[in-house]
Amino acid sequence: MSIDDQSIHAETFILNLGPQHPATHGVLRIKLTMDGEYIVDAEPVIGYGHRMHEKMGENRSYAKFLPNASRMDYVGALLNTHCHVAAVERLAGITVPERAEFIRVITAELNRVSSHLLWMGAFLVDLGAFTPLLYTFDDREDILDLLESITGSRLTYCYYRFGGVCNDIDDDFIAGTRSFIERMRSRMPMYHSLVTENIIFRKRCEGIGGVPAETCRRYGATGPVLRGSGVCYDVRRNEPYSVYPLFDFSVPVYPEGDCMARYRVRMDEIVESLRIVEQALERIPAGPVMAEKVPLILKPARGECYFNVEAARGSFGMRIVSDGLDAPYRLKVRSPCFSNFSLFRECVRGTLLADALAFLGSLDLVIPEIDR
Amino acid sequence: MKSDLRSYLKEIIGGSISLLTGMWITLRQSFRKPVTVSYPYRTLKLPERFRGHIELKADEQGWAKCVVCMACQKACPSFCIKVNGYKPAGMPRKVATIYILDFTTCSLCGLCVESCRFDALMFSREYNLASFRKEDYVMDMLERLRRRRICRP
Amino acid sequence: MPHDWLWETVRLLLYLVGLIGFAAFNAAYLSLLERKEPAWFQLRRGPTEAGPLGLLQPVADGIKLLGKQLLVQGGADVLLFKIAPVAVVIPSIMCLVLIPFSETMGARDISLGLLAVYSFAAINVLATMLGGWASHNKYSSIAAARVVAQNIAYEIPLLLVIIALVMVTHTFDLREIVAQQAGGFWNWNVLRFGASPLMPLAFLIYFICMLAEANRAPFDMVEAESELIAGAFTEYSGMGFGLFFIAEYVNVVVGSSIGAVLFLGGWHCPFGLLPGLHWFLIKLYLLCFAVIWVRWTFPRTQIYGLLNLSWKVLIPLALAHLIVTAVTVKLV
Ligand code: SF4
Ligand code: SF4
Repeated sequence: MSIDDQSIHAETFILNLGPQHPATHGVLRIKLTMDGEYIVDAEPVIGYGHRMHEKMGENRSYAKFLPNASRMDYVGALLNTHCHVAAVERLAGITVPERAEFIRVITAELNRVSSHLLWMGAFLVDLGAFTPLLYTFDDREDILDLLESITGSRLTYCYYRFGGVCNDIDDDFIAGTRSFIERMRSRMPMYHSLVTENIIFRKRCEGIGGVPAETCRRYGATGPVLRGSGVCYDVRRNEPYSVYPLFDFSVPVYPEGDCMARYRVRMDEIVESLRIVEQALERIPAGPVMAEKVPLILKPARGECYFNVEAARGSFGMRIVSDGLDAPYRLKVRSPCFSNFSLFRECVRGTLLADALAFLGSLDLVIPEIDR
Repeated sequence: MKSDLRSYLKEIIGGSISLLTGMWITLRQSFRKPVTVSYPYRTLKLPERFRGHIELKADEQGWAKCVVCMACQKACPSFCIKVNGYKPAGMPRKVATIYILDFTTCSLCGLCVESCRFDALMFSREYNLASFRKEDYVMDMLERLRRRRICRP
Repeated sequence: MPHDWLWETVRLLLYLVGLIGFAAFNAAYLSLLERKEPAWFQLRRGPTEAGPLGLLQPVADGIKLLGKQLLVQGGADVLLFKIAPVAVVIPSIMCLVLIPFSETMGARDISLGLLAVYSFAAINVLATMLGGWASHNKYSSIAAARVVAQNIAYEIPLLLVIIALVMVTHTFDLREIVAQQAGGFWNWNVLRFGASPLMPLAFLIYFICMLAEANRAPFDMVEAESELIAGAFTEYSGMGFGLFFIAEYVNVVVGSSIGAVLFLGGWHCPFGLLPGLHWFLIKLYLLCFAVIWVRWTFPRTQIYGLLNLSWKVLIPLALAHLIVTAVTVKLV
């Protein structure tokens, strides 16, 4: 629905959404100019959770930044750390043993599934349904247990190291992951009939929060937001890294560009990730999980590199410039949430408050990742 | 017109069915056993590799194995370890006299444990660490080691 | 006779005390059910610590609410702000006065009972709106506007269904309506196919409208915690909030009671056995269970989805039902 010029000049008021609001999932503030329940303008105010991660990266050694990467997007922590270690490895010319790459892919994809499950639950809470959240958490709990058994932590993993991973996986983990894949697959029909087909859910998602592909391109949106707008772009496919080219998986794309499309992309991605994990478990080679002779203090030669991975929310990239010292000269993070969120202002004009919040939820924002 | 009416009716009927399936699903779930573990009455088994805060290991004589090489202090990204020690006469190695962990800033990354070449560090398996005072988290590792030794059966 | 008059007054007062107790008890234990039932659905345990099985949880909640300070936000309309919670509870309890619990129980019978119930229910809306408006909070004001739109939209199909029912029963007297449904479940209004084949549908429409009237999910636009924080009740603390809370549950009880009375045969046994209060309560709580069940299964509707549902689905269906009923009543 659009607002005619007349009503824009009518009396409007400012509504402060956040920094503490149930729907912003973190300290995000959106200054809404409202005309009744219609949004005339939405000005995001970010930075409440700014922790200077980039600066921190620049004044400490490479290894000391390891725990930081997982704190930006704590929902998909392994995917971020994957980007960090891979960037440094490329810069320092370290080759990673194949088994380690497989382990990285397995754990990262499990993390993606858990991230999407969390998103789905939280999105439905935004829409006012509480029960699916608890079901997704039940499933996610299994992933956390699996990852905890090999990484030692449940949320902010610090598991990847330059040149490999710090612990090998064991048979229990492999068996556990196999049975989790079975379980998750058997749960999908339940989710579809509880949520996807629910008429109230469909009414609230179909045609709501439309983002044209052109807008995505202008703002640099990636990940499920872009794929939900009909553009087939997935870093794992377009700029393959790690051992992803070895696996057979498809990239779900939906052209509608609305909340429902983004929801469907993520649901399909869960299935695809499970497929990748399954194949990786089949084909994982034996061998070391850590490259030999990785110096304790890394001092990459002068130069720079950019590495990006397909994180749960889109293309997560790191640019590292080295001047030959033990700390990077510059470390720049490209966070997908920041770009995905940028288009919010443009696309939300003229929608109702409740639709705007559904839209906000469907972007899958992790605020600390925007703020860094 | 006719197809409009048909799709209208189809939506009503399909919608009602979807709502009923939803209710059927939640009802069916309610007969399953709760997954909640009633902490603190019951607890979960910790995995082998659980990462708690760090803890010093003792050698056979009960001394801390730490040789004050400072590797952990240097490796720690959060600057939360403070080690100091001296070399007593007659000992082949240095012994730690101060080993303090500021757990408030620890990021549980495990880099300290990995950097220790003398197998002197391990992860604690303790997680009931709530406290009202910040000072409680500045832990004296040597003191904890001493207490552990006394408590051992 | 003056004696009769006195006796009637004492009886009414006793009933009133009893009903307030009933309302408070229901509000307390429905709030517990509201926590336990989703816990079953969600594979959790719900409250377990206060008392055996958490049965004393409502007491703990009540003490907590009573112990809190009543804050009035600067800029609020103090008088209206304070009146609103009271004004929202009283009509709900007045509705209870009119409900026949069993053949012999019931505070007051009036021949226009059904009409009176809905007149009181309308005050409820007004009070919620006042509370939202007087709060001087933008979220609350939005909620206040929503509550009016929603209730106008839902009163129409509700009343259409009820008019159709009255055409069948020829009376507004709740006691009389129940009396007509004696026998067994095949005599209940919900299955009175002789009057209109659409009767079960009418009951469904009634149930949906009841949810909307009581502002229960999926129609809880007024509270909408993920959009409007707590909607009209955002600024209320302590017992001010508690009263809104009580009113919500009493409204559920009233709605379910009326549903049981109008469609499910009130105090009559489904199998034509001994009628009594227990049958009424069983039906009442089954309906309450369903209300909570619905809440914990579905997402919230969007405000225009809600209005669409009312104007495009419920009202046409209710009208169809009305016409069918009118024709059959005329013919038979
Ligand atoms: S776990 Fe990490 S942050 Fe904690 S003391 Fe060890 S090195 Fe420092
Ligand atoms: S690295 Fe090990 S031996 Fe060295 S100071 Fe730390 S604990 Fe002691």
